[in-house]
Amino acid sequence: MFPDVIDTRPLRRAVDNGLNWVVRNWGTELEAAASPLLRLLNAIEQLLLATPWWLIIAILVGVAWLATRRWQLPLVVFLSMIFLGVMDLWRDAMVTTALMIAATLTAIVISIPIGVWMSRSTRVRQIVTPVLDLMQTMPSFVYLIPTVMIFGPGRIPALIATIVYASPPLMRLTDLGLRNVDPAVMEASQAFGATPTQKLFGVQIPLALPTILAGVNQTTMMALAMVVIASMIGAGGLGYQVLQGIGRLEVSRGLFAGLGIVALAIIFDRITQAYGKRLQARIGISEAR
Amino acid sequence: MQAKLSVKNVFKIFGDKTDEALSRLEQGESKEQIFEATGATVGVRDANFDVDEGEIFVVMGLSGSGKSTLVRMLNGLIPPTSGEVLIDGEDIADCKKDVLRRIRREKVAMVFQHFALFPHWTVAENAAYGLKVKGVPAAERRERAIAALEKVGLGSRADSLPSELSGGMQQRVGLARGLATDPQILLMDEPFGALDPLIRREMQDELVVLQKELKKTIVFITHDLNEALLLGDRIAIMQDGRFVQVGTAQEIVSAPADDYVAAFVADIDRGRVFTAEDVSNAAEAVTLGEASAEDAMRAMEDLNRHALYVVDGANRVAGVVTYQDLAAATLDNGAPNPILEDVMLTEYPTVDADVQLYDLYGAASAGLPIAVTDDKDRLVGVVEPEAVFAQLSGENGEQDAVPPPSVEDEKIKEGAHV
Ligand SMILES: Nc1ncnc2c1ncn2[C@@H]1O[C@H](COP(=O)(O)OP(=O)(O)OP(=O)(O)O)[C@@H](O)[C@H]1O
Ligand SMILES: [Mg+2]
Repeated sequence: MFPDVIDTRPLRRAVDNGLNWVVRNWGTELEAAASPLLRLLNAIEQLLLATPWWLIIAILVGVAWLATRRWQLPLVVFLSMIFLGVMDLWRDAMVTTALMIAATLTAIVISIPIGVWMSRSTRVRQIVTPVLDLMQTMPSFVYLIPTVMIFGPGRIPALIATIVYASPPLMRLTDLGLRNVDPAVMEASQAFGATPTQKLFGVQIPLALPTILAGVNQTTMMALAMVVIASMIGAGGLGYQVLQGIGRLEVSRGLFAGLGIVALAIIFDRITQAYGKRLQARIGISEAR
Repeated sequence: MQAKLSVKNVFKIFGDKTDEALSRLEQGESKEQIFEATGATVGVRDANFDVDEGEIFVVMGLSGSGKSTLVRMLNGLIPPTSGEVLIDGEDIADCKKDVLRRIRREKVAMVFQHFALFPHWTVAENAAYGLKVKGVPAAERRERAIAALEKVGLGSRADSLPSELSGGMQQRVGLARGLATDPQILLMDEPFGALDPLIRREMQDELVVLQKELKKTIVFITHDLNEALLLGDRIAIMQDGRFVQVGTAQEIVSAPADDYVAAFVADIDRGRVFTAEDVSNAAEAVTLGEASAEDAMRAMEDLNRHALYVVDGANRVAGVVTYQDLAAATLDNGAPNPILEDVMLTEYPTVDADVQLYDLYGAASAGLPIAVTDDKDRLVGVVEPEAVFAQLSGENGEQDAVPPPSVEDEKIKEGAHV
């Protein structure tokens, strides 16, 4: 075995004590700081639960139709939603969807500006990229524990863990999309006297939008992948059903809730992808000169 | 008059060690030597030229000779390493960002080789971009964009996407985008380089027509000498970042400064460079009613020609007489002195002074000398068919004008200063 070079116990104790100190002295402040997130999540959840089921189905089917102009995707969406309703999973599905939407919206607000920043400075990119690698490879339980210690079990740590896990692809793809915009087009914009802001919002972001949307798609998928773990610390929803199924060895409960998560994943994946393709088609052809 | 655009001692070195590269340049090292020693690339070295208002100044050179770098320094897309770029006397190489932006918005527009259209906007929105950047309200913007599109013959495609247009049409959009803000200066970096030859010709002709109306100051980049000769009021030839020769089309073709230029000139379309004026002789003619047939024949013998134009008292062309006809008429009717008017041919080839040799070809093959006339039909010169063919084939005795190839770089550099 590797020889004992140093005694790691003091080091570990220092980290633990540090965290305890933060919890003791900053717990309330941090909780207050995170409360807008909680309010966002609650608002979305209440909205979804207050909306009649048929209206939600109609909206999603309509969105699917607008995205593809074919009948296949709307049909898939319709059947998936009916499945959720029939299997008595509607309420849990709405809770899970609310968590996913809240996490995705927050991730968009945080990640796109960081992605823009990364695309403009190689130095920033060099610093942020390893952090993203860390966020994606670090087992989520590792940061789940301190967040639970700080915020207590409940929806805030669940939401924060989901955001941490789901944000990196959006940052990466925003950066990639912005960097890949044809430099000739950017130059043209500059040659006509555009300010950096006009260039970014008028030309660069619209042209990077298909890639950014691919990032949003990945973020929604990763957020859904987190729901089981998130429900361990109090997020509820479909993930909680899965957990209960495991706990009570009720295979059917776990299976149906799991299929429910798959149904949600299919709906949101296909819809965001279809919008990405539409955008790509509009922009893409002319780039192949 | 102050030049519209004036470039003074402009250098561009790409890379880190610009100072070292500059001093090595001064010591006469070549682009390759400097790259090997310092890793810095010489983009442009010591460019000096003025472009007057309404002039088309063409910069021509092989790939990598620094044309794009040069033209991008004229609107500050690339900042020069040293030197001045003056637009109406304002140095854009050394000014604040907002001043530079103002100049780009108000005065200088650019047309790109690969069009660089905005793929997510319609043709009209593309053409309106310069106006949008300036903050012109949407309705006026669209109106002016459509007016610009109409100028380039694309008014009907305003609501198409660029991807729905052919290459030639896309470049018209690029041109319309450049014209929409009504800039005084138009920078065109190989605008027709990506088009096929037929469309290319068409666009060149159209640009000539447009320029007659618009009278912009244009800096036009090309690697095609024919295009340069056709469009340029003056032409600069670039090699390895420096100007080897600056002059009019005729000057460059008839007296290439060195082997590099001569190699280009060798395969140009001479018919498009030279005009009737370049090959015409003095307007020697006999006057109707004054000269006899005998006078005419003697004049032809003196001038060593076989035909001579006949003009009236106001120097207007009346016809042409050939030595052969005069001789035959003298023999035929036995009369010693036939009247010129009876022998004179009233069907004769006539052209304007600025007609290209290319278009003289047909007239020249009639065998008669061609009358060069002004707008009032007065004779201003006579072109012998042989002169047309000689000039077309480059055997105009102009080889004498080519100086022996020079090896001294310095000398050429001096010569390149305008
Ligand atoms: N951003 C850059 N960094 C380093 N070197 C550059 C850069 N841009 C151009 N160069 C170099 O400067 C020289 C001139 O390039 P430039 O693009 O101006 O040539 P060009 O005459 O426009 O060629 P082409 O006809 O191929 O467009 C080349 O040797 C090129 O490698
Ligand atoms: Mg170029």
